[in-house]
Amino acid sequence: MSVPVGNALHQDNYLTHGKGWKSWLFTLDHKRIGVMYLISILASFLLGGVFALLVRMELWTPQRTIMDANTYNQMFTLHGAAMIFLFIIPGIPAALGNFILPLMLGAKDVAFPRLNLLSYYLWVVGAVFALVSIITGAVDTGWTFYTPYSTTTNTSVISITFGVFILGFSSIFTGINFIVSIHKLRPPTMTWFKMPLFLWSLYGTALIQILATPVLGITLLLLLAERALGVGIFDPALGGDPVLFQHFFWFYSHPAVYIMILPAMGIISELVATFSHRHIFGYKFIAMSSIAIAVISFLVWGHHMFVSGQSNLANLIFSILTFLVAIPSAVKVFNWVATMYKGEVELATPMLYALAFLFLFGIGGLTGLFLGALATDVHLTDTYFVVAHFHYTMFGGTAIAFFGGLFYWWPKITGRMYREKWARMAAFLIFIGFNTAFLAQFIMGAQGMPRRYYNYLPEFAPYHKVSTIGAFVLAVGFVLAAATLLHSLYAGELAPANPWGAATLEWHTSSPPPHENFETQPVPGDPYDVDQWVYDAAAGGYVLAPAGASGGRA
Amino acid sequence: MHSGHAQVAHHFPSVRAQFEAGKLGMWIFLATEILLFGGLFCAYAVYRANHPEVFIYAHRYLDKVLGGINTAVLILSSFTMAWAVRAAQLSQSQRLVRLLAATIACGFVFLGIKYVEYEHKWKEGLLWGKRFKPTHQERVVEKDVPPPRPLTDVNPEERSTLPLPAPPPAGLARPEESTPVGGVVPKNVQIFFSVYFLMTGLHGLHVIAGMIVLTWMLWRARQGEFSAAYFTPVDLAGLYWHLVDLIWIYLFPLLYLIH
Ligand code: HEM
Ligand SMILES: [Cu+2]
Repeated sequence: MSVPVGNALHQDNYLTHGKGWKSWLFTLDHKRIGVMYLISILASFLLGGVFALLVRMELWTPQRTIMDANTYNQMFTLHGAAMIFLFIIPGIPAALGNFILPLMLGAKDVAFPRLNLLSYYLWVVGAVFALVSIITGAVDTGWTFYTPYSTTTNTSVISITFGVFILGFSSIFTGINFIVSIHKLRPPTMTWFKMPLFLWSLYGTALIQILATPVLGITLLLLLAERALGVGIFDPALGGDPVLFQHFFWFYSHPAVYIMILPAMGIISELVATFSHRHIFGYKFIAMSSIAIAVISFLVWGHHMFVSGQSNLANLIFSILTFLVAIPSAVKVFNWVATMYKGEVELATPMLYALAFLFLFGIGGLTGLFLGALATDVHLTDTYFVVAHFHYTMFGGTAIAFFGGLFYWWPKITGRMYREKWARMAAFLIFIGFNTAFLAQFIMGAQGMPRRYYNYLPEFAPYHKVSTIGAFVLAVGFVLAAATLLHSLYAGELAPANPWGAATLEWHTSSPPPHENFETQPVPGDPYDVDQWVYDAAAGGYVLAPAGASGGRA
Repeated sequence: MHSGHAQVAHHFPSVRAQFEAGKLGMWIFLATEILLFGGLFCAYAVYRANHPEVFIYAHRYLDKVLGGINTAVLILSSFTMAWAVRAAQLSQSQRLVRLLAATIACGFVFLGIKYVEYEHKWKEGLLWGKRFKPTHQERVVEKDVPPPRPLTDVNPEERSTLPLPAPPPAGLARPEESTPVGGVVPKNVQIFFSVYFLMTGLHGLHVIAGMIVLTWMLWRARQGEFSAAYFTPVDLAGLYWHLVDLIWIYLFPLLYLIH
């Protein structure tokens, strides 16, 4: 089997195949759809980031700093909604997953290319509805849209919830596409336990997407009906029950946190294996823990409602089940650490993100246990402790893994290498900035600083100042990262087919891949058999070792 | 869309693989539809368990006969749909077109009857939540009397110790009107109608969506696109239509036939 060694920029590749904006907007190529998603999602991240900086600036002083209380409420709502529904939920599956999944399968496309394009446009329409609400009266309910406030506030709840409803369909269609692709387009020789772990995690994610998202859909529909028609399902004055909204909402939104973290864990599995230059340790445990997480995630939603008045028995059960989630999560962490042990760890940029993930997600997951314990949660709920917890998991976990994956697959997607030094610098700044911003929040949260407050007691001011400074360091880190990537597009060296020495199939084709993904159909083997690959200075990357020769890192 | 024979998209190894992928995708989609309704069924279960008296009292305002006819109509349409798929598989294009038309016609009958029912409710003010303003009830309403004889076990603390209210003076209630259980209208009857309109409304939207899809199939069938070699779209549309019917089969007893 021949594997392309050099780059393919001069040849016909998916970027040059078809010209003009129409060839992009109407494309059915999963790679181009992935790139369109990537751009849109990064734009949302930028937008959400600007809102975040505004929120942090307001919190610089205990009183008014730059905006009034109402604007502040709108800012944190928009920040949360943009980050969750526009960036982090679709982020890894729809952008990176779309690009990589068929390549990892050795397939030409996802099972339903048209559905794939439809789901992209649904994302766009949903985003437009959500963002239009900024003009028509930015919502001030928080991203959770709790009733009864969301049915009484005079802001554009209808527009934003309808937007999120549509985004949900986009997510469902991506999930359907991935499940069917993995079932039906897997080459016969790639058995389930020969699949790359990223695919396992996308599969688990897709399961949650299709099983949980419809419930969010009906919840939002009910909220819309409540606001537009006054059906009263959630309105006590009409015999309804507002706590039912919370049950519905968290029945989706807790599993949704695993829609976010599972694909991130998949990326980390790839990064850790590749940059330890060693076969992944405990493959089956990592794979099955993805599925275990997907299953358990449906049974713990009540841990967001410990103080909502649900019965003590329910609290007890939800608490126990919540502790269970920690087990498969920890199984993964131990296996990653075991993979690095005695490996040849190479501190390339993606690996820096992977290490940051291990550290930050470790903190995020462990503080989840504090919150899952009933007595401590009563004290900590609705404080900055919760805010810090979910930023350590969602940002420190998912977003960090997303950027790790972006730097990892960037050469494959664009055909260009970025400046390693700048990229490492950016990763470092992000890590420092992140911890500065959010460790302070754990402390003030434990001391009783409530979340979502506009004014606060002066004794919390130092923590808020530290946190705001951290947020700006973080922002500088991201600007540098963005500059590095943009710079590579114009001035980066051409990327080899396999710059890192990974063994999964996407590295068996040129960078960027041709329109039909592979010149010659690759033969799937063990996705972590990295020893087959040797570094070839002439090619600037890794090539398959000649038969019989022992491979490995030069 | 191209017409004529079976076509395989470039990324599928065979027609069969493509057919199977389509089917799997459709089944998964149906699962998401069931989950969408699942939320409503869940709300139904919660309110019915907490307030059985509301459901018992209010369901009598639904027209069992019309509901029953609609059930029969949808079952018939499922039958014509299944037959249409069979016709496509046997390349009987004439018959396929007629059966699809029959299925769509059943959809129209269903919606027509539903319209009659809704209109009736509208006139009587038997609407959801905020809009609930029954036109004929004021005489029997006794707001503060707790519902008598709950049917399921109610927390004893919540059960009223008040004696049952005296029957209303004769002549105030028209005899042909259904007398509410124990002569008292329970509180929060509007919640039943909220649930009723949400469930049947969402189902109605699905019927309309299904009819649009079937019309599209009808159009393609008339172009002669389907044959024994290629009938996947008809098959998938059929699956969707059966689901829409199936949901109604649950809605009918849950809303109309409460004991
Ligand atoms: C070991 C794993 C985890 C455990 C045991 C856990 C536990 C909890 C608990 C008990 C709460 C509720 C706290 C309260 O409101 O009082 C919570 C909140 C939250 N968690 Fe986690 N969690 C875990 C992992 C994650 C992950 C991986 C994510 C996301 C990627 C996440 C995102 C969130 C979010 C967004 C909230 C707050 C939502 C809100 O109220 O706005 N968690 N977590
Ligand atoms: Cu949760």
